[in-house]
Parts: sequence; structure tokens; C-alpha cells
Amino acid sequence: MNWITEHKIPLGSWMEAFVDWLTFNAAGFFDAISISLEWVILSVVDIFQWFPPYVPMIMAAAVAWALHRSIPLVIFVVVALLLILNLGYWQEMLETFVLVLTATTISIIVGIPIGILAAHKPRLYTYLRPILDMMQTIPTFVYLIPTLVLFGLGVVPGLISTIIFAIAAPIRLTYLGISKVPDELIEAGKAFGATPSKLLFKVELPAAMPSIMAGITQCIMLSLSMVVISALVGADGLGKPVIRALNTVNISQGFEAGLAIVLVAIILDRIFKNPGSKEEG
Amino acid sequence: MSAISIRNLDVVFGDSVEASLTLLDQGKTRQEIIDLTGSVVGVHNANIEVAEGEICVLMGLSGSGKSSLLRAVNGLNPVSRGELLVQDGDQMVDIGSCDETTLRHMRTRRISMVFQSFALMPWLTVLDNVAFGLEMQGIGKQERRAKAMEKLEMVGLHEWSDKYAHELSGGMQQRVGLARAFAMDSDILLMDEPFSALDPLIRSQLQDELIELQQRLNKTILFVSHDLDEALKIGTNIAIMESAEIIQHGKPEDIVLNPVNTYVENFVAHTNPLNVLKGRSLMTETAQLARDDDMLILNPNDNTRISLDASGQVMSASRQDKPLALYHWQEGENIDSLTEGSLVIASPDISMRAAIEIRYNTGLPLLLSENKSLVGVLSDKDFYHALLGKHFTSDAEVTSG
Repeated sequence: MNWITEHKIPLGSWMEAFVDWLTFNAAGFFDAISISLEWVILSVVDIFQWFPPYVPMIMAAAVAWALHRSIPLVIFVVVALLLILNLGYWQEMLETFVLVLTATTISIIVGIPIGILAAHKPRLYTYLRPILDMMQTIPTFVYLIPTLVLFGLGVVPGLISTIIFAIAAPIRLTYLGISKVPDELIEAGKAFGATPSKLLFKVELPAAMPSIMAGITQCIMLSLSMVVISALVGADGLGKPVIRALNTVNISQGFEAGLAIVLVAIILDRIFKNPGSKEEG
Repeated sequence: MSAISIRNLDVVFGDSVEASLTLLDQGKTRQEIIDLTGSVVGVHNANIEVAEGEICVLMGLSGSGKSSLLRAVNGLNPVSRGELLVQDGDQMVDIGSCDETTLRHMRTRRISMVFQSFALMPWLTVLDNVAFGLEMQGIGKQERRAKAMEKLEMVGLHEWSDKYAHELSGGMQQRVGLARAFAMDSDILLMDEPFSALDPLIRSQLQDELIELQQRLNKTILFVSHDLDEALKIGTNIAIMESAEIIQHGKPEDIVLNPVNTYVENFVAHTNPLNVLKGRSLMTETAQLARDDDMLILNPNDNTRISLDASGQVMSASRQDKPLALYHWQEGENIDSLTEGSLVIASPDISMRAAIEIRYNTGLPLLLSENKSLVGVLSDKDFYHALLGKHFTSDAEVTSG
């Protein structure tokens, strides 16, 4: 057994060498991503902040009403946002919201096509599945380190880590939705002469839509769960006061910031979960 | 020209098609081929011609290959070998070897399909479901909705156009499926057990509707069914399939009267012959009737007898030496007005149902006459024979007609 412990496989060093190689050779590429993403996020936050707080509040209430037609939900959204404003976490809440929104948008844009492709090529999914499992099970702190090295301190490594963690949900659920489309609907599409692209847009995607929407909702919640962790590498938002409270053992600040995160989570969950089987025109 | 012409068609599912075809030629059974190659033979050496305006019913138990054959016609199943020609204007297109564009053209313009499970899109309204095929044809929204509405009216569902499929009953959903297929204005309709998922009353109602629509629209219909009664009711011709092969193809009455083997006999034994059989195939021929001088004895118990002239025309009839009134019944005439004691003379093409109704009203056997000459007699024994499903077994005296 000694021989085994004495001859350690340098897995860690290999990974480190790889990250070093990336930093050395592709620094420009990663910097460009970092700078542009950061610019986008900060400008969106600036736009929201430029408005007086009641404008985003009304917008949130309007979205809640449009999707659910439920007065209690609208009241809850407004009261929760007022409480966050009162606690003094308005700006942090906006930053968190924009971070979640950006991470989800990128996850959807990248994840849904991958999911569709995987459903059409079952072979691809057999390779993809272990990668997705790994992305979701590796403790998030572990890939904070290389993203930190590659993208530098700030909101971008947090965003990238969030995407790595959250993108599996839309991929999996899109894959599931598309591969579960009843055969007879596919056959009906083909029998009536659908081209492959019409089959995708007129049959498969509409049929898989409930599953895809579930994937998007999950993606939002997973992104939100990364807020505190991203704060460790310098991302702005509600995670920052939590980390600060943790470092100074500040119970009151920790409670308030934690409560704000919970409120944001509930608002997002209630608004985006099952937007009902709304009639399509 | 046939609308659909299938020659020596084989359909094999799986990866080793070539190997399976070779084994098939060597006379291996379906099961042996599954064991050896893992491929499933869906259809073997099918030959069938479907004429324009015909309803051809593919009949068989599940797994007999009837759906596999149907699905080959619009290319949902692969043609492994042989010819599958479908009429397109003046030419015949081989579905097995044509390119994607041609196949799509055939699917959007020539062949439409109705599914057993309806296959309606749950996210579309009834109207948009009917318009689905038109959308695939590339027709604009306004135009296709107007046309879809027309077809919905045809099946009597225009008031349901804004509803979703799941809000409709099964029978209504299949009417939507029918309207969707009719909306394509294609001449060939493939129907894959369209009424099997419906309860018996609705099924029979939709069968009647289909027959009525067919009289107006005159489509060429290939219809799959596992129910011989349904096949007999709507089919112009019936092809019976057993383990991937067509074992009998013919007119409904031929199938009922001359089943080729016990598989078909079993089907026939469980059908209701009332709507299928004609007087001619049930009757006891004139030559086999008992004679007494120049009189024919219909029933010795009550001494019912008839006399013929030299040409075979019925001259008079009597029961217990009292004369009976003769009545010439034509197809379509009211049966209920016939009274007890009148002896009916009808055409040998009379349906069994009408013959039994006449027998019920008059209490007497029926005389079947063609060109003013008596060809045979239908008495109770003949009816019981048919009802017991004995018309095709051993009893040559009945089937010989």
C-alpha cells in the first residue's frame, strides 16, 4: 500500500497547469468576456437604479398580474419589495436581480439549443449526462477558484460559476421535454408534411413547453441560490451583506440580508412558476 | 389507374434489413428472423391495388402488420424492398425511392392521415388543429382558418372551434382529426384504426358519418381495423393480414363466404352477417327443393307449395290448399307494411337483414327470383345457418350460390 501513497497521481497539478496555460495563452479572451459582461451587468443595474424605486415595483406587480391574474400575489410582491426597500437593501436587491436575470438568460440561450440537440442525438446525451452531473455535484467553491483566476475579482466569476451550476436545469428539462413528445404528435407532424424545422417549432417545442418552462424556473432558483457564494469572489448583491455579517458575527445584519434573499426567492418563484396554461392566440 | 399500387412490398424494422430480407427469402419465419438479427418484419410480400374512390380495409389482429403497411404508404415506415406507387396527377410516385421534397409534396398535397389516438396538438384550439396541415402547406393564417372552419362545419363542430382538444369527447376529437385530414383536400386518406378508441355507439355513428362523407367526397381510403364488422360495413374491399402477410383480399361477402383458413374463419364466426350476406349466398336453390308433380314444396308441415310455369316463373302459391297472395318486393320498399300471409318474391341481391325482416312480417319463406325465374328460396333453416356462422363450413348446399 505504501507504493500507492508514495506515487500520488498529480491530478490537481494537471488541472492547475491547464488553468495556468489558459491564463497565459487566452488571457485576452477571458478579459474581453469579463469586461464586456461586467459592463452589461453594471449598466443594467444603473438603468434600474436611475428609476425611483416605485417604477420597478410597479413593473414587478404588472408582470405578476399579467402572468397569474391574482390580486393576493400582486399585494405580496409589492409588500415584499417595500420591506426590502425599508431594510435598506434596494440596491443590493437590484444587483442580485440583474445577476440572476443575466445568468438565467445566458443559461437559456445556451442550454435550450443544447437540450434540443441532445434529444435529437441520443448518443450526444450519453456523453453530456456525466458532464451535467459533474457540473451540478462539484461543490461550487471548487470552480470559483479557476473562474476567479481566469476572470478576476468581481461580478463575472460569480456569474460564470452561477451559469455552470444552473445551466444543467434547462438542458436536462429541454432534453426531457423534447424526448417525451408523444410519438403520435411527431407522426402527425410528419404525415402532414412538416419540414424538420417546422416539426421542431410547430410540434416539438410547443409540446415540450411545460417542461422547458419548468427548466427555466428551476434555473432561476438555482441562480439565486448562488448569490451568497458569488459574493465571496466579489459579486455585488444581497450576498455581500451576508458575508459581511458572517465575518463580523453581526446577527441583525445577517438576519435582515437573509430575509431579503428569501423574499426575492419567493417573489421570483411565485411569479415564474407555472405561468398557467394561458390561452395562446 | 390505381390510386395506390403495392407490389412485392417488404417492410423491415431494425438495423439489419439486408440480412433479414435474405433470411425472409430463405423462408425463415418472423420469430426466427427476430432471434437471428433482432430486426422485425412488419410486412412481407404485400401485393395490393387500391382503385380510385375505393375504401380498402386492412384487417387483422394486432401485430399482423396492417398498421405497418398503412404507414409505409405515406413514408412513416421505410419501404425495405418492392414498389409502393401512389398516384400523383398523371404519374405514379414510388414512395420508397422518392426524395424528401417529393415525399413532402405527397404528404402535404396527396395523402393525409387520421390516427387512432387522434394525435391532436394539445396547445392548439380545435380550429388551429384542423388548420395544422394547411399551415404545413404554407397557407396564410386568415385563409387557412376560413378553410378549417368550413371543414369543421362539415363534421358539425363549428361551435367548438375555440375549445381545446381535451375539452372534447373522444368522438368529437376524432371528428376534429377527420376534419384536419379532409382540410388537406388530398385524394388519399390513410386511417389507422380511427374508431377503435371510441365506445361502440359513437364508433357506429362515426362509421355512418364516414360512409356518408365518402359518398360526397369520393376519396380513396386505406383503412386499418381489427374489427371485421367495421371492415364489412365500410369496406369496398378487405385485405386480411396475418403475421406480416396479406392472406386474403376480396369483397366483403367473399371473405365471409369463403374464408381461406381458420384464422379468417375465426374472424368471420364472430361477425354479424346481417349487413354483409346477400340472399343469393344463403338460399336453397330451386333444384334442391322437394317436388310433387309440378309443384315445389316449401314447407311439408303446413303444406306450403308453389307452382311454376315452364320458364320457372312463379304462378301461384298455396298453404294448406288455400291460395297465398304473391307480392313482388323491390329494394327500398317499406317492409313494415307487408302483412302476415303474403308470399314475397324478391331479388337474390336482397340483404340478409331485409330478408329476415320480411320473413318476420309475413311468417313465410322468401322466393328469390331473377329475370322472372325462380332461382331459390330463403327459409328459416337458411337464416339459422348464416346466424350460426355455418355458411362457410362444410355445408355446400348453402354456400354453393
